[in-house]
Amino acid sequence: MELSRLPGFLLRRGVKAAIVVLAIVVCNFFLIHAAPGDPASVIAGQSGAADERFLAQLREQFGLDKPLYVQLWIYLKGVLTLDLGFSHRQQIPVWTLIADRLPATLLLTGAAFVLAVGAGVTLGTLAARRVGSWADSIITVIALTFYATPLFWVGLMLVLFFSVWLEWLPSFGMATVGVELHGIDAVLDVGKHLILPAATLGLFYLAVYARLTRATMLEVADQDFVKTARAKGVPEGQVVRRHVLRNALLPVITFAGIQAGQLIGGSILVETVFAWPGIGRLAFDALLARDYAVLLGVFFCTSVMVVLFNLVTDLLYAVVDPRVEVQG
Amino acid sequence: MTVSRRGFMAAAASAPVLMTVQQGLAQGVAPRRGGTLQMMLTPEPPVLQIGVNQQGPTLAAAPKMFQGLLTFSPTLEPQPLLAKSWTISEDGKEYVFSLQENVKWHDGRAFTADDVVFSIMKFHMELSPRARAIFTLIETCEARDPHTVRIVLKQAFQPFLLMFDATAAAIVAKHLFDGQDYRTAPAVQRPVGTGPFRFTEWQRGNFVRMDRFDDYWKQGQPYLDTVIYRIIPDSQSRRLALESGQVLLSQASDIEPFDIPQLRQRPNLEVNTNGWEYFSPLSWIELNHRVKPLDDARVRRAMSMAIDRNFIINRLWFGVGKPATGPVASTTRFYDANAKIAAFNVQQANALLDQAGFPRNAQGVRFTLKHIPLPYGEIWTRLSEYLRQAMRQIGVALDLESTDAGSWARRVGNWEYETTINFVYQFGDPTLGVERTYVSSNIQRVTFTNTGGYSNPQVDALFQAARSAAVAAERQRAFSEVQKILVEDVPQIWLTELAFPTIYDKKVRNVITTGLGPSKSFDDVFIAG
Repeated sequence: MELSRLPGFLLRRGVKAAIVVLAIVVCNFFLIHAAPGDPASVIAGQSGAADERFLAQLREQFGLDKPLYVQLWIYLKGVLTLDLGFSHRQQIPVWTLIADRLPATLLLTGAAFVLAVGAGVTLGTLAARRVGSWADSIITVIALTFYATPLFWVGLMLVLFFSVWLEWLPSFGMATVGVELHGIDAVLDVGKHLILPAATLGLFYLAVYARLTRATMLEVADQDFVKTARAKGVPEGQVVRRHVLRNALLPVITFAGIQAGQLIGGSILVETVFAWPGIGRLAFDALLARDYAVLLGVFFCTSVMVVLFNLVTDLLYAVVDPRVEVQG
Repeated sequence: MTVSRRGFMAAAASAPVLMTVQQGLAQGVAPRRGGTLQMMLTPEPPVLQIGVNQQGPTLAAAPKMFQGLLTFSPTLEPQPLLAKSWTISEDGKEYVFSLQENVKWHDGRAFTADDVVFSIMKFHMELSPRARAIFTLIETCEARDPHTVRIVLKQAFQPFLLMFDATAAAIVAKHLFDGQDYRTAPAVQRPVGTGPFRFTEWQRGNFVRMDRFDDYWKQGQPYLDTVIYRIIPDSQSRRLALESGQVLLSQASDIEPFDIPQLRQRPNLEVNTNGWEYFSPLSWIELNHRVKPLDDARVRRAMSMAIDRNFIINRLWFGVGKPATGPVASTTRFYDANAKIAAFNVQQANALLDQAGFPRNAQGVRFTLKHIPLPYGEIWTRLSEYLRQAMRQIGVALDLESTDAGSWARRVGNWEYETTINFVYQFGDPTLGVERTYVSSNIQRVTFTNTGGYSNPQVDALFQAARSAAVAAERQRAFSEVQKILVEDVPQIWLTELAFPTIYDKKVRNVITTGLGPSKSFDDVFIAG
């Protein structure tokens, strides 16, 4: 990659990305408003008593009495100044809600991501090096099992095993509540709460990476340049690392890019099962309550993440495989 | 007389609770200071300022921080809270409340009669449809001195006192709301009340924490240091949290009914279904009378007769709750046990439909109705699936359409449904919680009004008579009469008197002592050592 091309590349991609995100925002806006019901009717439906004045008051307060295009215009103006609006239902700015929840989700999905990529690539490499051996069979079977099992079931079984039977790990929440913990104790406490949800979320991807790595490594291992490397006496470890693995990584990076794009939005199920106070559940609750601003805000963040990670993936290609050139 | 018999039965029903407390005391378990009570709250409420939000979870959690003038026993007798005593004039128009002295708000300011007047005449009048409907009857509401409130009504209104529980009209601090938009005032985010626990922290999606208010006006109370509500969205995770002792108390719909039998087996857990007397939720198939043939009383009666309500209670709710016998729940005042809907009888139901002129077609179907299950959890889907089966036996095909809470509320509110399920609180008195579903003056485009569109001048007149009569006996006559008409007319197909189990570790004491179940202040709750 020629460094001189980079600024132009980033600029072109940045402009494209901004257009894509804006289009997504507009699409989301109409999609959400197409769902029957609005926040006011949800609140009326949950309040046990209501009259028409109550509904009218809420709609006026939420700005729902304005025509849709006016509401869209107000929202777009906000987004362009990075103001994601206000959750009238909760009486809190959307940014605050998202910022409160973001660390929890990033911690969970980040941990799952590291687990999945780290363990997945390692296991895949191991299996490929000893293809046909018992280790390969075991890894393949494990990977297939995790690949085929639904997430929520894995979660429930892990809870049953580690929380209910062994009583080793807490079954829900992000930290022990009602006890003052400081320093290392607080970190360890969060760590204990993190293990089960991160494992649940990570196992599926772990399986994907393991299978992907194994398959591509086997493919690359047969190629002429690997044979040449061996023939000229490069040590086996170096052959695997520098010649095979590095060339086998491209599909893994592609997939990691996709998974990283889902870091924010991909964990609704796990957050629900483990009562993890993250973005996924914020979005889910907002959907049920028709809390438009919050939902649009989460969508906005997710789409920015996806666009961002696509860009990073493209750059990484070029780093790993110098033959690939970045192009706007 | 009906009232006293009902009172006796309710007292008998609550006896086991009192006995556990007394047994506890007899074994030397004096209230113990200290400890943290972890509970659950489902679903997470949007705000905890009672009045601004009136959803079930808010009504459960907020009374720890906010109090009403009164609270109510399981037999719905008023009991003093912020009002230490009260008098009602002979003609039933003038109410004088003497307030507790030395009551402080959580921010240290003194609580006075001005706060009460503000709460009633401004705060709830503006915010709460339920309070508004009643408080418009008030002619004057004044602070006679800092500890006396005098209210004069335009006309006698017998159920008036029922409006003074914290869940109906909690007293809020005038100095934090007056002159502001009540919905957006800063106090909404950091609630300040007079209750035994003050708001400390709310991590959204995670937990709400309230700590002991040291200046609470009841000497030596509350016993607990901290109450915490955990937010756990998945029902199986909630059950697990309770079983493993990570939380000590579940309430309302936290636990799915099909999990209750297993929880009853746990020796350390108490499953208590008392404490719903004030709300007395009644469930029914909500019919839209604008849809043919639901405007035909014979059709409605036949559909009602095709339902085995004992099956619903025993097999779906696992024994929690009771079959409904009419529009008024048996725990609500003025319930008439003589007015009963026709018993379960599929044969007669079929005969009735034959007579009414709805023959079966080649597939055995008389007519098809759309049906929206209530989107509040798995149990309601199961109920609708049972109903589809029951209706098939009389040749009525129910077409189930799933929705979520937003669509449900919108469609019911806009009358865009044929049949659905609904359940509605009765608030202790038919005038407060029953009338609204049946009188034609309350046909509105919003949920919990007469959305079905039933209209019967006789019913309107009787509810009006019961509303304006000052004497209980006179009201009973009107209510008995209207119950007799309604069980024949079946404007909605009543299913069950719902009860929700409060499930808690047996070392938690004094949990259910009033007619408001877990929605009480918890100042007397303690964790035995």
